[in-house]
Amino acid sequence: MPEALLQLRGIEKRFGRTQALRGVDLDLVPGEALALIGENGAGKSTLVKTLTGVHAPDAGEIRFDGRAVRFARAHDAQAAGIVAVHQETVVFDELSAAENIFIGRPPTRGLAGLRVVDWRRMERDAQGWLDAAGAQFSARTPARDLGLAQRHQLEIARALSVNARVVILDEPTAALSRHEIQGIFRIVERLKAQGVAVLFISHKFDELFAVCDRYTVLRDGASVGGGEMRSADEQELVRLMVGRAVDNIYPPRHRAPGEVAMRVTALSHPTEFAGLTFEVRRGEVLAFYGLVGAGRTEAMLALIGLKPEATADVEIDCRAVDLHDPAQAIAAGLAYVPEDRRGQGALLDFPVGHNLTLPALAGPRHAWHGKLSRGPWLSARREGAFAQGLIERLRIKAASAEVPVGSLSGGNQQKVVIAKWLGLQPRVVILDEPSKGIDVGAKQAVYGLIEDMVRQGLAVVLVSSELPEAMNLADRILVMRRGRIVAEFEHGAPAEAIVAAASGIAEASAA
Amino acid sequence: MTAGRFTSLREASLLAVIVALVLLVGWRAPVFLTLRSALDVANESALLAILVAGQMVVLLTRGVDLSVASNLALTGMVCALVGQAVPSLPIGVLLALAVGVGAALGAVNGLLIALCRLPPIVVTLGTMAVYRGVAYLASGGAWVSEQDIHAGIKALPRAELLGVPLLIVIAAGVVGAVAAWLRWGPAGREVRALGNNPDAAVYVGIPERTRLLQVYALSGALAGLAGVLWVGRYAIAFTDLAAGYELTVIAACVIGGVSIAGGIGRMGGAMAGVLFIGVVNAALPVIQVSPFWQQAIAGAVILLSVALNAGSQARTRARQPILEKA
Amino acid sequence: MKALGRWEGMLAGLILLLYAGFGIGVDGFLSPYALADGTVNVSERLVIAMAMAMLICAGEIDLSIAATMALASLAMGLAMQAGAPLPLMLLAGVATGAACGLLNGWLVTRRGLPSIVVTIGTLSLYRGLALVLLGDQAITGYPEALSTLGNGTLGDLVGVPWLIVPIEFGIAVLFAGGVAVWMHRTVHGRRIYAVGANPVAARFSGIAVDRYRLGLFVFAGVAAALAAALLTGRIGSTRPNLAAGWELDAITIALLGGVAIQGGRGSMVGVMLAALLLGGFTFALGMLNVPGIVVSTILGALLIGAMVLPKVLPAPGSRVG
Repeated sequence: MPEALLQLRGIEKRFGRTQALRGVDLDLVPGEALALIGENGAGKSTLVKTLTGVHAPDAGEIRFDGRAVRFARAHDAQAAGIVAVHQETVVFDELSAAENIFIGRPPTRGLAGLRVVDWRRMERDAQGWLDAAGAQFSARTPARDLGLAQRHQLEIARALSVNARVVILDEPTAALSRHEIQGIFRIVERLKAQGVAVLFISHKFDELFAVCDRYTVLRDGASVGGGEMRSADEQELVRLMVGRAVDNIYPPRHRAPGEVAMRVTALSHPTEFAGLTFEVRRGEVLAFYGLVGAGRTEAMLALIGLKPEATADVEIDCRAVDLHDPAQAIAAGLAYVPEDRRGQGALLDFPVGHNLTLPALAGPRHAWHGKLSRGPWLSARREGAFAQGLIERLRIKAASAEVPVGSLSGGNQQKVVIAKWLGLQPRVVILDEPSKGIDVGAKQAVYGLIEDMVRQGLAVVLVSSELPEAMNLADRILVMRRGRIVAEFEHGAPAEAIVAAASGIAEASAA
Repeated sequence: MTAGRFTSLREASLLAVIVALVLLVGWRAPVFLTLRSALDVANESALLAILVAGQMVVLLTRGVDLSVASNLALTGMVCALVGQAVPSLPIGVLLALAVGVGAALGAVNGLLIALCRLPPIVVTLGTMAVYRGVAYLASGGAWVSEQDIHAGIKALPRAELLGVPLLIVIAAGVVGAVAAWLRWGPAGREVRALGNNPDAAVYVGIPERTRLLQVYALSGALAGLAGVLWVGRYAIAFTDLAAGYELTVIAACVIGGVSIAGGIGRMGGAMAGVLFIGVVNAALPVIQVSPFWQQAIAGAVILLSVALNAGSQARTRARQPILEKA
Repeated sequence: MKALGRWEGMLAGLILLLYAGFGIGVDGFLSPYALADGTVNVSERLVIAMAMAMLICAGEIDLSIAATMALASLAMGLAMQAGAPLPLMLLAGVATGAACGLLNGWLVTRRGLPSIVVTIGTLSLYRGLALVLLGDQAITGYPEALSTLGNGTLGDLVGVPWLIVPIEFGIAVLFAGGVAVWMHRTVHGRRIYAVGANPVAARFSGIAVDRYRLGLFVFAGVAAALAAALLTGRIGSTRPNLAAGWELDAITIALLGGVAIQGGRGSMVGVMLAALLLGGFTFALGMLNVPGIVVSTILGALLIGAMVLPKVLPAPGSRVG
C-alpha cells in the first residue's frame, strides 16, 4: 500500500460532558477512496470537522505528508489541501457560481498599486472547474438559480479549484437521481486518477461498494475496524457499526389491510402536479417513489392544506375534507411528518413536552381540542401525562420533558417530531423521507414504528427515494414522474421496473 | 458579477420614476429644471449619500446601524468644540478627527456585534441613545452657533472644485470609493456572503468578526465625516442634530432595493434611492405642498418600495426549478 | 412558557435595590406621594411594552406603535372638537389604533413583508399624517373626565381619600396582568410563542399563523390607543410629536424584561418588572434633576448591558453552544 497522505492516530475530542471522539485512527492514501462508515452520533461529522480544521482535537496526532500538523482555523486545512463537500450545500444564493467557487480567495491583479479582483480570470477559471466537475451551466449563473444537484457540482468545482489533495464527500448522493449519482462516481474516479485521497461518507452500502477501495468503521467515537472493500461483507459492516448483529433492519411484515381510510380524487395544482388519484387503506403502507422534482412532497403539502391553489376531492373515512386549512386536515385525521424534521418539525427552544402537545393545542376544530386543555386554559397536568405517555411509548431519551428539544440528539429529535403526531391518533400518517440522513440503528427503529402504526390500523403514506425502503415496507408503490402518477406496483415487483417507471424509460410498462 | 438583470430593471424603473417626477414638477414650475436646481438637490443629497453608502454595506451583512445619526451629531459636536477651542487648527486635522472619532464609535458597535454576538438592531438602538447623550454632556446642552464654528469647517462644503461644490465632490468620491471596494476589493464579496448565509460564510473561512468590525467602523467613519460636513453646511452644532435621520438613511436604502435581510443591494440602486428622496424633498416646496407632508410621503414611499421589492423577489424565486425533494 | 425564572428574580432584586438605594439617598423618595407620582413613567409605557412584547415573542416588531398613539390621540381630539362625548372619543381613538394596526398586519401577512421595514414605513406615515392634520398646532380643552383618567387616583373614583394609587396605573397593571395570563396560561399564548419559535412547524401543526399575527398587530394598535387615552388625559393636549421615541422605550422594556429579540421566548411578568424598574429609575433620576436626555443615555447603556450580561454569565440549562 502506498504511503498514506493523511494519517490520524488516537484522535480524541470532547464537548462539555460528551466525548465525541475517543481514539480514531485513519489512513488516507492518495489515489484511493476510503469509506467512512458509522451510525449518526458515531462521530463522523465531528471527525470531518476535525479534519477540516473547524475543531482542534484534544489529543492525538494528525500527520499530513509525513509531518505533524495542527489546524488553527478552517482556512488552514483548506490551505493545506483538505476540502470537504457537505450534504447541506454551502452556497451563497446572491453570488454567481464563479464568486462562490472563489469566495474568500478571488484571483487578483495589481492596479495602481492596489490589489483588485480579476473578474475575467475568475470567470474563466471557474468555468474550467465547473466543466471538470461535470457541470453544464455557466460560471456567471447566480447560485439561486441552481438546482440541488447543480449545487453539489458547484461545491465539487470549488473543491477541485483549491487543488485539494484530500477531498471529503459527506453524503454526496443524498438527494440525487441515479443519473447524477453516476456523475458523482465519475468524479470520484477522476479524483483518484489524479492522486487525490478521497474520504467517502455514506449510508448507502451499494455506493460504498461501487467506488471505495477500503473502509473504516466508527462506533461511539472510536475506530472499530477497517479493511479492503472487496473482501468486506455488508452484514459484517453493519455488525461493526452497530455492535450487534442486525439481521434485517426491516421488521417482519404483518399486513391485513382493512377498509379505505383515505380516498383522493384528481389532486391537481396549476404548476406542480396533476390528476393524482389514489386511495390508501387502514393497515396498509402506500409508498410514493420518484425522482427529484416528481412532485411528491408538493402533493402531500397540498393534502394537508398548505397549497391554496390545489384542488381535489379528498375523503377520509368517507367524510369530505377541505384542502385549504392545515387545522381542518389535522382535525380530519391527517398527520404529516415533514422531511426536514429539525427545521420544519421541531421547535428547538421549546421543551420536549410542549413540542409533543403542540398539534393537540393548535386549533379549535381539532379532535383533541379540550382534551389536553381546559377550554382555552392550559393544563400542565393533562399535558404532562400526554407527553410522558409518548416519551415512554417511543422511548425518547431525554433528561426530562422540560428540556429544550434542541438539546436532544438528532435521532431523539426525530422521534419527538414523529411522536407528536402519533399521539393524536390520526387515521392517515404521511411520512416524508422518514429515514433520510439517519443511520442504520435509527432506521430500524423508525421501520419498527411504521410497522406498529400499521398494526394499529393506521394508514401510512410513505414518500421515499430509497428503493429498498419502498420495496420492503410498502404494500403498493405509486411511481410519480413530473407531477403525475405513471405506474403502480404491488409488493414484490422487480426493482428495474420501478426504476424504469420513475426515470421514464419504457413508460408503457406499468404494472 | 451577480446577475444584474433583475436588480438593474428595478433601478431603471426607479430612475424612470425620478425622471418622470422631475419632468412633472418642471412642467408646473420650470425653475425646477435648471442647473441651479439640480445643484441644490445634489447638495441636499450629498450628506445623505455619504451616510447611505455606509449603511448599505451594513445592510448587506444582514445588520443595521441605527446609531448613524447620533454618531453624526456627536462627532460633529466634538469637531465643533475642538474647532472652537483651537481656531487655528488646519481643516485637514479636523477632518481626520471626524473620521477617526466616527470610526471609533462605529467600532464600538462592531465589537458588541461581532465579539459579543449581540443583535445589531438592539446594539445600535442602545448606542443611538448613548452617543446622543454623550453629545449633550460634551456640549453641556449648549449650542455652538455660527460665529463660533471653525472657519475651515464652514468653508469646506462651500468651496468649489471646477465649479462643483466640494460637498458634492466629496460625496461622489466617497460613494465611488465604497462602490469600488465592494466590487473590486477582495473583501467586497465576503460582505455580501456574510449577509446571504452567515453560517456558510464562517465555514468557508471568511473572517466574520474582522469583516463585521470593518463594516461597522466604516459606517461610523462615514457618519463622522457627514457630521463635520453637516456642521459646516448648516453652520451650527447642537445635541439634537439630525435627530431621527437614521430612518431617512434606511428609507433611502430600502427604496433603492437594498434588502433588509442581507446579501442584496447595489450602490447604484441605493444612490437612486437617495436621488428619489432628494427630488421629492426639493419638489414639495416647489409645488407648494407643505413640508408637513414630507414625512407622510416618505412613509408611503417606503411601504410602496418594500411591497414592490418583495413582489419581484418572490416572483424570481418562483421561476426556479424545484430545489427541494419531490 | 415559564413566567417566573432567574431573570425575573434578578429584575425584582434590582427593583428592590433601586428603591432601597434611592430611598436612602434621596429625601422623600419613599414617601407614598412620590411613589404614586413615580408610576407616571410606568403606566402608559407598560401598556405599549406589553403589546410590543407579544409581537416580539411572535417573531415580529412594531416600530410604529408610538406614532399610532399620536394618531389615536389626534382622533380623540378631532372627535372632541366635533362635539362627541367621552365614550365616543375613546371609541374614535380605539378605532384609529385598530386601523393602524390592521394596515401593519395586512402588509405583513397578506403581502409577506418583513415587519421591521413595514413598521419603519408606517412610523413615518402615521407621524406624517399627524403632522399634516395638526401642523404645529395642538389640541387642548379635553373634558374633565379624561383628565381624571390620566391624573386621578383610585381613591377619587371610590371616594376613599387615602387610596392614592393613580387610575392609570391601575388600568395599566390590569391590562398587563390580562396579557400575562393570556400568554402564559391559555392555548392562544402557547400558539403565539410557537409562531415565534418556528413559524413553519407551527403552521404544520395546524396553528393559524397569519391570523395570530394579524390579530397581534391590531391588538398593538388598540393598546396604543389605550396608552394614548391615558397620556392625553394626563398631559391634556395632543401634539404631532406625542410620545415621540416611545417605540424605543417599549422595545427596551421588552428586551430588558427578558424577551428574546428572535422570538419564541420571554416572560410577560419580566416585562412588567422591567417597566417598573425603568419607570422607577427614570423617576428617581428626574427627582435628581437629571436631564431627560441623560436618562435616555443611561437607558441605552442599560439595554446593552442587559444583552451582554447573559453572554458573560451562562444560564444553567442552556444548550451547549
